[in-house]
Amino acid sequence: MCKDCGCSITETEEHNHHHRHEHLHDNPQLNDTKTIEIITKILDKNDHQADHNRAHFNENNVLAVNLMSSPGSGKTAMLESMADAADFKFGVIEGDLETDNDAKRIQSKGVPAFQIQTGFACHLDAFMVSRGISDMPLDKMDVCFIENVGNLVCPASYDVGAHLNFVLVSVPEGEDKIEKYPVMFSKADLVLITKTDLLPYFDYDIKRVKDEARRIKPNIDTLELSVKDPAAIKNVIDWINFKRKLRS
Amino acid sequence: MHEYSIVQSLIELCEKNAEKYHAVRIDKVIIKIGVLGGVEPYLVKTAFNAFKEKTICNDAELIINMQPLIIECNECDSISESKEPYCKCQKCGSTNAEIIDGKDMYLMKLEME
Ligand SMILES: Nc1nc2c(ncn2[C@@H]2O[C@H](COP(=O)(O)OP(=O)(O)OP(=O)(O)O)[C@@H](O)[C@H]2O)c(=O)[nH]1
Ligand SMILES: [Mg+2]
Ligand SMILES: [Zn+2]
Ligand SMILES: [Zn+2]
Ligand SMILES: [Zn+2]
Repeated sequence: MCKDCGCSITETEEHNHHHRHEHLHDNPQLNDTKTIEIITKILDKNDHQADHNRAHFNENNVLAVNLMSSPGSGKTAMLESMADAADFKFGVIEGDLETDNDAKRIQSKGVPAFQIQTGFACHLDAFMVSRGISDMPLDKMDVCFIENVGNLVCPASYDVGAHLNFVLVSVPEGEDKIEKYPVMFSKADLVLITKTDLLPYFDYDIKRVKDEARRIKPNIDTLELSVKDPAAIKNVIDWINFKRKLRS
Repeated sequence: MHEYSIVQSLIELCEKNAEKYHAVRIDKVIIKIGVLGGVEPYLVKTAFNAFKEKTICNDAELIINMQPLIIECNECDSISESKEPYCKCQKCGSTNAEIIDGKDMYLMKLEME
């Protein structure tokens, strides 16, 4: 039983609550003023909900993947191309907040997609994703993608309850994106350099981009992707299947 | 501008603690922001001053302590501070290292009455 909210989820490694150190220092001069040491993560409540979301995915043996990138780097296009090629079943929680275009694009491929309605938020948080989870047939899928809001800043601060973070960065955005947004890339398990079919039209040094990612996070994985190249899509699918094996 | 959402969480946390310690007012809120925490301290301050009105933090001052990246090296066992956002030991240059501080945002202390 969870001590904090009384939920029925048993405490596992995925659901450990942060230690709170609280010491009362009485001030001898002003005994009506007290300074209290709290030491709690500001996003503690979000992180708690994120642990719950992960527990839900775990109960259903679903691998959850959070997709982050700038607007238009190719998150939805990657999911569309995977619909035909993947040997696992997946669903998508869509965080495209103004329209339901992306959810419709995914659904037209026969893949379950749920659009989160949030208004103007510039990122998804664990509470929004939890609403999406309740509408997802998790028992009928192996992988659940969470397509975050296109933004290289805000989504990086929020654990949404996924197991893995993919960060996509496309060739036309320029090779300095990782240097400019180190926080986002420090959260990535896999960096996907997308739209590589456009390399002939841009001065883009892929090696430099990968080196920069590894300076920020030495053990980061990188893959190149063009949705026009079935072999590249297969590489992403293989990577996901490898991670699924490690969790089964 | 997720700083606004983060400040809302911070004020909620202050209210929860004020209730717990039976405080009627908070004078000082001391937070720690990692350089890789993903927020702009200036925007956090602006958001705090905008949102604190009519909350328990109405008269509170926000103190932000920036936390540099602290790297623990698995090769030479040293602990060093990195000026760049890179996971690299500043003593021996190894990248077989862990970032042990500077990635998160914490409420550290509250001064209340
Ligand atoms: N040439 C080329 N174009 C691509 C590739 N992947 C995506 N695109 C195009 O890039 C544009 C944006 O792709 P989306 O998949 O909508 O990008 P997104 O990341 O989902 O965008 P938001 O959800 O708005 O953040 C579309 O016109 C895609 O057709 C690719 O590999 N090669
Ligand atoms: Mg999209
Ligand atoms: Zn709980
Ligand atoms: Zn934002
Ligand atoms: Zn070292």
